[in-house]
Amino acid sequence: MPEPFEPKIVAFFCNWCTYLAADLAGTSRIKYCPNAEVVRVMCSGRVDVQFVLKAFAKGADGVLIGGCHPGDCHYQEGNYKALRRYRLLRRLIRQMGIEDERLRLEWISAAEGDRVRAVINDMVETLKRLGPLQKSEEERAHLLEVA
Amino acid sequence: MRPKVAFYWCASCGGCEEAVLDLAEGVLNLADAVDIVFWPVALDFKEKDVEEMADGEIAVSFVNGAVRSSHQLNMARLLRRKSKLVVAFGACAQMGGIPGLANLTTARDTLREVYGEADPPALEFRDNGHTLTLPKLFDSVFPLDRAIPVDYYVPGCPPSPKIVSDMFDVLLNGELPEPGAVLAPDHAMCDECPRRDSRPQELKLDRFHRVQETAIDPEKCILAQGVPCLGPATRAGCGSRCIAGNMPCSGCFGPTSRMRDYGGKALCSLASVVEGNEVAEIDRIFEGLVDPVGTFYRYSLPSSFLERKRWE
Amino acid sequence: MEIATATAGKRRITIDPVTRLEGHGKIEIFLNEQGTVDRAYFQVPELRGFEKFTQGRPAESMPQITSRICGVCPMAHHMASTKALDRVYKVEPPPAARKIRELVYSTFMVEDHTLHFYFLGGPDFVVGPKSPAAERNVLGVISRVGIETGRRVIEMRRKLRDLIALAAGKAIHPVFGVPGGVSKRLTREDAAQFQQVAAEAVDFAQFTRSTFEKLVLQNGEYVDLIKSDAFTHETYYMGMVDAGNRLNFYDGALRVVAPDGHQWGKFDPADYAQHIAEHVEPWSYMKFCYLKEIGWRGFTDGPESGVYCVAPLARLNAAEGMATPQAEEAYLQYSGVLGKPVHHSLANHWARVIELLYAAERMKELAGDPEITDPNVRTLPTEVPVEGIGVVEAPRGTLIHHYRTDSQGLIVKCNLIVATQNNAARISMGIEKVARALVTASKVDEGILNMVEMAFRAYDPCLGCATHALPGSLPLAIRVSDSRGNLRSVLRRERDGSIHRE
Repeated sequence: MPEPFEPKIVAFFCNWCTYLAADLAGTSRIKYCPNAEVVRVMCSGRVDVQFVLKAFAKGADGVLIGGCHPGDCHYQEGNYKALRRYRLLRRLIRQMGIEDERLRLEWISAAEGDRVRAVINDMVETLKRLGPLQKSEEERAHLLEVA
Repeated sequence: MRPKVAFYWCASCGGCEEAVLDLAEGVLNLADAVDIVFWPVALDFKEKDVEEMADGEIAVSFVNGAVRSSHQLNMARLLRRKSKLVVAFGACAQMGGIPGLANLTTARDTLREVYGEADPPALEFRDNGHTLTLPKLFDSVFPLDRAIPVDYYVPGCPPSPKIVSDMFDVLLNGELPEPGAVLAPDHAMCDECPRRDSRPQELKLDRFHRVQETAIDPEKCILAQGVPCLGPATRAGCGSRCIAGNMPCSGCFGPTSRMRDYGGKALCSLASVVEGNEVAEIDRIFEGLVDPVGTFYRYSLPSSFLERKRWE
Repeated sequence: MEIATATAGKRRITIDPVTRLEGHGKIEIFLNEQGTVDRAYFQVPELRGFEKFTQGRPAESMPQITSRICGVCPMAHHMASTKALDRVYKVEPPPAARKIRELVYSTFMVEDHTLHFYFLGGPDFVVGPKSPAAERNVLGVISRVGIETGRRVIEMRRKLRDLIALAAGKAIHPVFGVPGGVSKRLTREDAAQFQQVAAEAVDFAQFTRSTFEKLVLQNGEYVDLIKSDAFTHETYYMGMVDAGNRLNFYDGALRVVAPDGHQWGKFDPADYAQHIAEHVEPWSYMKFCYLKEIGWRGFTDGPESGVYCVAPLARLNAAEGMATPQAEEAYLQYSGVLGKPVHHSLANHWARVIELLYAAERMKELAGDPEITDPNVRTLPTEVPVEGIGVVEAPRGTLIHHYRTDSQGLIVKCNLIVATQNNAARISMGIEKVARALVTASKVDEGILNMVEMAFRAYDPCLGCATHALPGSLPLAIRVSDSRGNLRSVLRRERDGSIHRE
């Protein structure tokens, strides 16, 4: 019997807000789906578009970016930069055949441990509905044919 | 004895061939310095002439064009075997090039588009006892280094005259660079642009213009005028000729060594110059970029992380 | 001779790749038991898919994207595309812009025809069709005409290409075409440079003409070859002409003459789809154009067959004269010797030299036009984009770009009829006819095989152009014919493996 699909999420959490929130969720024993691999960055603005694309290419079914609420960025502007990149990137991945629900940007402050739970659980449910992103066997075979 | 040199084209337009011919008189010097043993656009040597050579007999093969057919794959492998060095010459060989945009579609859809209701050509066709073959066309387009190990890359669509002549200098006379090197300067086109003095310290755009919507001032920084220009994200070495033509850079020289996915980084660079803190405002500003993938990955889609559009 | 013994008893000779042209091609020659040619095929094994992957691209990016169909004639695509955009956006370029476009285009025609004459097709005549392969190229040409002449040719091309870059950004993949105009104006200094080089170009064109006369027309063997039946086909001919039926590369109507020379049709290029259709054969990715109203009757000559051709030979047949004085004089000399219409495919080389002269004279006319330095070179569109067709005469023949967009100006449909496609049928016929005339199992050698290649080289084909679309795993078709060549049945294996018999 085939194993049920467990989506893989790569989550880029900013050090000052979202990462602390995830920490808080942990110490508060808030349970949520274990599907996210968390990468701590100093600021959501540090998330280069290349990171997101690489994550998708390497097997992530979804990518989550977590940063401080607008106005609260530790570096003033960083989260706005993330927002601008994100809005354009969504359109790009859609053109690449990747549903834009697979990419998500959320503002989560250090105190919002419960929000980490809600966002991740929600994303896992969405990704289960969408299915895996990975290339089909046929597609993979075609790409490797040349090698 | 003069070193042997070959030029070949895979899924190519022939512009890289012309780029070599644009050495003008330099071609005569080249022809004196080397023995050109294979160059279908200009010389009558055939594939069997290459097959008959010993392995490694060719000093350098310059291969342009992307790989998208079984025939091109075989030729790439043949030339790799027969050559000491292989250079991926031009944007298509380096990154997939404009033919790489075919990675947004599928073979089936393309065939239908080209041949319509008629039967498409066959890989093997027998007519009165004669067997005719056509190469298999792959579903995806690949840069050259997915097919064979590549020693050097020469960027550009096509490589500019200076880049081409420097390439010959370095490969035929000088000390060989690090294997895998891109034979061009390693900073952004923006740094060499003739209009860089008019570039503002801080750039904050509140809209993007498509080229037909505005007359571009020939003296000022094009990006500062709101026309998408990829100079900030693109490797230098081209001589900024598109800018001299009063049109924006479209990124044909590809990434510098500090970028892995050209399109992703190009997207970042344009996102960095917009103002707007609210979703609605940001989306409105980006409306002027009507085709993100065609803008950011025009030359580099096959070499990107994602490589191609997901199959349906 | 090596090849003769190697092919004694052999049934198949392959020329792979064809050389001294743009693009990929191979020729397969099949011999029967008597050792004579049964069939010969000119196969184009490449396909990239422009008509498909341009869908979704912004219309204004098409001049730069479609120029990548061909790096030898990128200006042709760039110009046809830009003209199509004028129609898509329903906008007229200001007069200076139109003149700049035609000036740069004429410069390109001089440069590209020069490339063909000295680098691509010329070596066959200048060095000799059966001279050793290692000498049949531009270097061989230079060793025959002398290094000074060689330098002169190279320098002329360099100056022309530098001028193109001056006005258009780059010579290879120009950037200056925009809907409603061009991206930059010409200054007085720019115009002066154009005038200077144009004058040199006219001289150079006359020099090329006299070189051709000396090396080809005064060589009886070559003249016989040109007039030989093996290299002759009587088809329809198409070219772009102005209101006076004189050749124009940039704009005009498309005129078609029948094999006997009478005007068969003259139409607005926007109506091309009523007159031109494409035929597919299973053994080549290149599609074959034919005249719709006459119909596809196979690879045959004559007024009943829809096969037609384009490019210099055809253009000089379709036109009633040349619009500039020196070219007209050269044209009258040409017609005086060969008559009209001219059916000899190798006469393409001669016609090309006359076109080179016309392009140089036209370049000079436009460079001297005072309006060319007017700073107003843009009309900004105001209409919603819909659909447009742009047609030019590329060096290698009539080139048609047809776009349909959505209201945002993103390409929804892109149809391209690309120069060499118009010649595809005649090229195939030419290959087979010459192979039949020259090749036998006991008599074939490398020089004879080169003469088979000369059958296509005269057309200066651009196969990257001719195959602009794209690929996949294709079904196998077997056509079963009886000994009389009648098709008995077709067996087809589909992608899913199922087999059908028709």
